[in-house]
Amino acid sequence: MTELAVAFLVSTVAAATPLLLAATGELVVEKVGVLNLGVEGMMLAGAIAGFATANETGVTTLGVLAALLAGTALALLFALVSLTLQANQTATGLALTIFGRGFSALLGAGYVGIPAPTLPKLHIPFLTDIPVLGPVVFGHDILVYLSFAILGVVAWCIRSTHLGLILRAVGDSHDAAHALGYAVVPIRYGAVAFGGALAGLAGAYMSLAYTPLWAQDMTAGRGWVAVALVTFAAWRPLWLLIGAWFFGALMYLSLYVQALGVAVPSALLSALPYIGTVVVLVLISRDRRLIRLHRPAMLGRPFQARA
Amino acid sequence: MLKIEARGYESKFWRYAAPILALVLTGATSGLIFAAMGRPPGLTVYTFLVTPLLQQDGFQALAVKAAPLIMMGVGLSLAYRANVWNIGTDGQFTLGAICGGGIALAFPDAPSRALFPAIVAGGFIGGMINGGLVAWLRIRFNANEILTSLMFAYICQYLLVYLVTGPWRDPEGFGFPQTALFSDTALAPRLIEDSNVHIGVLLAPLIAIAVWVMLEKSLLGFQFRVLGQATRAARFAGFSENRLVWVAMLISGGLAGLAGVLEATGTLGQLTTTLSPGYGFTAIIVAFLGRLNPIGVIPAGLLLALTYLGGDAAQINLGLPNAVTGIFQGILLFYLLGCDILLLNRIRWVLNKPKAA
Amino acid sequence: MNESTPSGPLLTMTGMTKQYPGCLANDHVSLTVERNQIHALLGENGAGKSTLVKMIYGVVKPDAGEIVWEGQQVSIPTPGAAQRLGIGMVFQHFSLFEALTVTENIALGLATAKERVGLRGRILQISTEYGLPLDPDRVVHDLSVGERQRIEIVRCLLQNPKLLIMDEPTSVLTPSEVQKLFVTLRRLASEGCSILYISHKLEEVRALCSAATIMRLGRNVARCAPAGKTVKQLAEIMINMDLRLPTPRPLVSGNAPARLVLDRLTIRSHNQFGTSLKDISLSIAGGEILGIAGIAGNGQSELIDGLSGEIPAGKPESVLIDGVAAGHMGPAERRRIRGCFVPEERNGHGAVTTMSLADNAFLSGYLRGALVRFGVIDKKRTLAFADDIIKRFDVRTTGPRAEARSLSGGNLQKFLVGREVLQDPGVLVINQPTWGVDAGAALAIHEAIMALAQGGAAVMIISQDLDEIFVLADRIAVIAGGRVSEPVATRSATVESIGRLMGGTSEDMVADSAVAHA
Repeated sequence: MTELAVAFLVSTVAAATPLLLAATGELVVEKVGVLNLGVEGMMLAGAIAGFATANETGVTTLGVLAALLAGTALALLFALVSLTLQANQTATGLALTIFGRGFSALLGAGYVGIPAPTLPKLHIPFLTDIPVLGPVVFGHDILVYLSFAILGVVAWCIRSTHLGLILRAVGDSHDAAHALGYAVVPIRYGAVAFGGALAGLAGAYMSLAYTPLWAQDMTAGRGWVAVALVTFAAWRPLWLLIGAWFFGALMYLSLYVQALGVAVPSALLSALPYIGTVVVLVLISRDRRLIRLHRPAMLGRPFQARA
Repeated sequence: MLKIEARGYESKFWRYAAPILALVLTGATSGLIFAAMGRPPGLTVYTFLVTPLLQQDGFQALAVKAAPLIMMGVGLSLAYRANVWNIGTDGQFTLGAICGGGIALAFPDAPSRALFPAIVAGGFIGGMINGGLVAWLRIRFNANEILTSLMFAYICQYLLVYLVTGPWRDPEGFGFPQTALFSDTALAPRLIEDSNVHIGVLLAPLIAIAVWVMLEKSLLGFQFRVLGQATRAARFAGFSENRLVWVAMLISGGLAGLAGVLEATGTLGQLTTTLSPGYGFTAIIVAFLGRLNPIGVIPAGLLLALTYLGGDAAQINLGLPNAVTGIFQGILLFYLLGCDILLLNRIRWVLNKPKAA
Repeated sequence: MNESTPSGPLLTMTGMTKQYPGCLANDHVSLTVERNQIHALLGENGAGKSTLVKMIYGVVKPDAGEIVWEGQQVSIPTPGAAQRLGIGMVFQHFSLFEALTVTENIALGLATAKERVGLRGRILQISTEYGLPLDPDRVVHDLSVGERQRIEIVRCLLQNPKLLIMDEPTSVLTPSEVQKLFVTLRRLASEGCSILYISHKLEEVRALCSAATIMRLGRNVARCAPAGKTVKQLAEIMINMDLRLPTPRPLVSGNAPARLVLDRLTIRSHNQFGTSLKDISLSIAGGEILGIAGIAGNGQSELIDGLSGEIPAGKPESVLIDGVAAGHMGPAERRRIRGCFVPEERNGHGAVTTMSLADNAFLSGYLRGALVRFGVIDKKRTLAFADDIIKRFDVRTTGPRAEARSLSGGNLQKFLVGREVLQDPGVLVINQPTWGVDAGAALAIHEAIMALAQGGAAVMIISQDLDEIFVLADRIAVIAGGRVSEPVATRSATVESIGRLMGGTSEDMVADSAVAHA
C-alpha cells in the first residue's frame, strides 16, 4: 500500500511538472495582458529541439537549453505578429500551435523510436533513501525542482517587486502605462519570450524526462491544459500548483487504472484529463466575480500607441 | 527604421491584395525552408502545389478534399465574425461521423434510399450537439469556448477510438480498428460514376452561398456583423448575444458534423480511428484565408486541400515527411494575419534624423 | 518649491505642428508660460489643446516645432524626460490602474527606486499639506472620480514639478470640489510651480488664470488676460461666431399626462466597478424636458442602460412608457412602444465605427423605420433613412455609405441624435448630449431636443454640464451614488443648490429633499 502511494505521488509530481512549467509561463504572459494560445506549439517545438540536441550531442543539458531557445524563438514569432503587427491574439496563437506541430513533426521525422539520454534523477545520499518521503520529495530530476523554484520566484516577483507591479500595471491598462512612459510593447515582448522559454522547458521535460522518446504530437493537448490552468488558478501563481497536481494525478490515474486491468475501456480513461479540464473550467468560470476580480483587464486586447 | 502609420481608413486594395501577398510570402519562405533542408526549393514547391493537379483525376481529388474544408470553413467564418472562437471543429466533425455512421451501422440491411438522408441528418445533429454543448457551457457557466471546444475534440476522438476498437468493431475485420463497411444504401450518392466525387462536393459551395446570403442580406446576418465589431452596440440595438452564440455554435458545429458524416459515407465507407487528418485546424486557416467571407472560403478551401494533396505528393515523389503540410499551413496563417496590418496602416521606411542639440 | 533663479519665461514653444491621418491637429502653434503663472489654454473640443500638451509631456512626438525650457532648447521624447525637466501632468482621462492601490499607482509614476522609499508616508504628508485627502491603501476602482484626480495631483507633486499641466480638471468635480482645487492650485503657483490649465469653461478661467492662450482648429487665435474680457467675448474668440443660445421654449403646462414613469427602479450594475441604481422614482410628462445632473460615475450609464433595456429591470412595473409596463423588455421591444435612446459613448455603443452610416441608421432604426421585410434588409429604404438624417441634421459627410469613423465627433453625434429623433419617439433619453462636441453641433442638438419636446415627447437629458441642463431642462434632478433626488423646477434652482446635491451622499439628499418638502 505504501509502495502504491509512493508511486502515485512520484508519478503525479512528474506528470504535473510540464503543466506547471508551461502554465507558469503563460500566467506571466497573461498578467501583462497578452493571450498566447500557442503553448502547445511551443511545447512541441521545445520537445523536439531538446530531444534532437540531446540525441546528437549526448548532453541532456544542451538539450534543455535548446528547448528553451526553441520555445523562446516561437514566442518571439508570436510577439512579432500579434504585438508589432497587431494581429488578433487568439488567431495568432492558433497559428503558432499549427506551426509548432508541423515544425516539430518535420524535424522529428528522423527521430521517431530512437532513445535519447534521459535527465538523471536526483540522488542525495540519506535524504533520498528515507522511506516514502525520500523518493517523493528528494528523488526527482532537476527540472522538477526548477519548476518549483521558478513558480516561487514568479509569485514573489509579481506580488512584491516593482518589476511585478509594472507587469500588473501593463496588464491592467496599457494606455495608462503608456501615458506614464512605460514601454508597453517591449515589456510584453519580454513576458511573451519568458512564457515561450518555460513552454520550451516543459517540452524538454516531456521528451527528456517524462517519456524519454519522441513521438509526433506527444504533448497531447497538455499545452491547452496549461492555458486552462491559468484560468483555473484565477491568475494567482500558487494556485497553479494545486491545479497542476490535480491534473497530474488525473493523468496518472488514467494510466494506472488501465494497468490494473479494470474493466473500463482504456480509450475512455484516456479522455479523463480532458473531461476533467472541462469540468474544472466550468466550476471556476461560473464564479464570475472571482474571474472579474483577478482577470487582467487588457487580456487579449490589441495595443497601438498613438504618437 | 520601418514605421507603421495608421491610414485612418481601410484600404480596398489591400483587402484583396493582402491574402495574395501572404501566399507569395508563404511560397517564398517554404522554398527557403526546403533549401535549408537541402532540397531544390523550386522543384519542391512545384511538387507541392502543381504536381497533384497534373495527376489523373487530380481536380476530382482536390474537390473531394476541399468539400469538408469548405463546409467547416463556412461555419467558422460565421462564428469568428461574432467573436465565437470555436476551434474544436475536429470534435464536431468526429461526433457527426459517429452519429451518422452509427445510424448506417444500425440499419445495415435498409433497402431504401431513405436511409441516407437520415444519416446526413444524424451527422448534422451530432455536430450540433457538440457545438451546442460548448455554447451552453459558455452562456450558462461563462466557460471559455476556445478551451472547451478543443477539449471536446480530444474527448470525441477518444470516444471514436473506444467505439471503433470496442463495441462497433467489425467482427470480421481481423481485429483491425475499424467498423464494418457501410451498406450501399448508406453511402453518399456519387456525382460522377465510379469516382470519389460525392454529393458533398455539390453541397459545399451551395452552403457557402446560402450562408453568404444570410450574412449579407438578412437581419440575422447583420446581427452577426455588429456583434463581432461592437458588443455594446449589439446590446444597444437589442440583439441578444446569447442567441447569436447559440446560432454560431449550432451552425458551425452542424456544418462540421455534416462534413464528418459525408467524409465517412463518401470517401471512407466505414469508421476508423483516424477520420480527420487535422481538418479542424486547417478549417481555421481556410476561414481566415477566405477573409471570414463564405464565398472567399471556397477558393481558400480548394487551396488548403491542395496542401494536403501536395504533402502526399511530396512524400511519394521526394521522400519528404508529409508534416510539411503543417508547416506550410502554419506559415500561411502567420503571414495572413501579419499582412492584415496593411489594411489599416501603411509601412514606411523612415530615416532616423539626429536631433540638433 | 524650486530654488532656481527666475529669469525669462519657464516654457516657450514655437511652430508646434502635428499631423494625424486626415487631421492637422496642431498647425504652427506657439505658447509661452511665465514662472509662477496660472496660464489657461482655451479652446473648443477638437481645437488641438490636448495634442499640444501631450507634446509638452512627451506622449506625442511633434512633426515640427521648437521647445525652450528655462532658456534651453530641449526635445521631450518621453514622459520620463518631461518629468526629469520638472513637468507633471494630470490627464483628462485619468491614467490610473483600476486594480492597483493608491500607493502602487503613485509608485508607478516615480522613475527611480530612491524616489519610492517611504512613499506611503510621503503620500500622507503631501495629501494633508495640500488639502488632498487620500487613503494610500485603497484600490482605485473603489474611489470616486474626485479622489482619483487627487491621486494624479499627489503623484505630480511628489516630483516637485516646475510646471503642472491640468487637462480639463473640473469636468469631473462638484462645484465645491472645484473651489477646493482652486485653493490648492493658487497655493502651488505662489510656491513657484507654474500651472498650465486646459479648459473650455470660461468662468473658471476668468476666476483662476492670469493669462490665456486661445486655440481654434489647431491654430493660435489669441493671447490675452482673461480677467479683462467678458465670458461672451472669450467664447466668441474661441468659436469664431456669435454666441447664440437656443431660443427658449414656452413653459409646459403642469397637467400633461406622464409619458415616462419610473417606480422604484433598482438595477445591479453589469460593470465590474459600476454604480447600481437604487429605488429611482420619477415621472416626465409629454412636452417636458427633465435634466439629470451629476458627476461622472454616479450611475448615469446604468440609468440609460436601465431605461433603454440593455439591463432589464426585474419588475415590469418599474418602467412605464406611455402607461405600458416595460421594465422586463429589451431594447427592441421598448423601441416598438416608441422609446428611443442615445447613449453617451458614440464609438462602439451608439454606433459601430467600422460600419457605414446606412448600417448605423439601420442599427437602431430597423424596427420603427420598418427596414426589414421577411428577415431581409431593405437596402433602399435604409439608404433613404440615412440620407434623410444626413440632410435634416446637416451632417457633414460624403453620404450614407461613408464609414461612421470618418465623421468628426460633433457630426457623428448629430447623426446619432437625428437617428433617434426621426423615429418619432414618445420618450427620448439622451446621456451627455454634447460631450466632446463643437459649439455649432451642440447648438443644433439642443435645438433638435427642444423641438422634439415642443412636439409632445417626454425627454430626459443626463449631463455633467450644468450649463447645458440649465439651458434645456424644465425640471432638474441630481443623480448621486445611484440615487436620484426629487426634481426641482429649473427657475427655482441655482448652480449652488444643484451642486450641493451632486456632492452629497444619499443621506444628505434625503435630508435636503426633506427640507424641500417641509
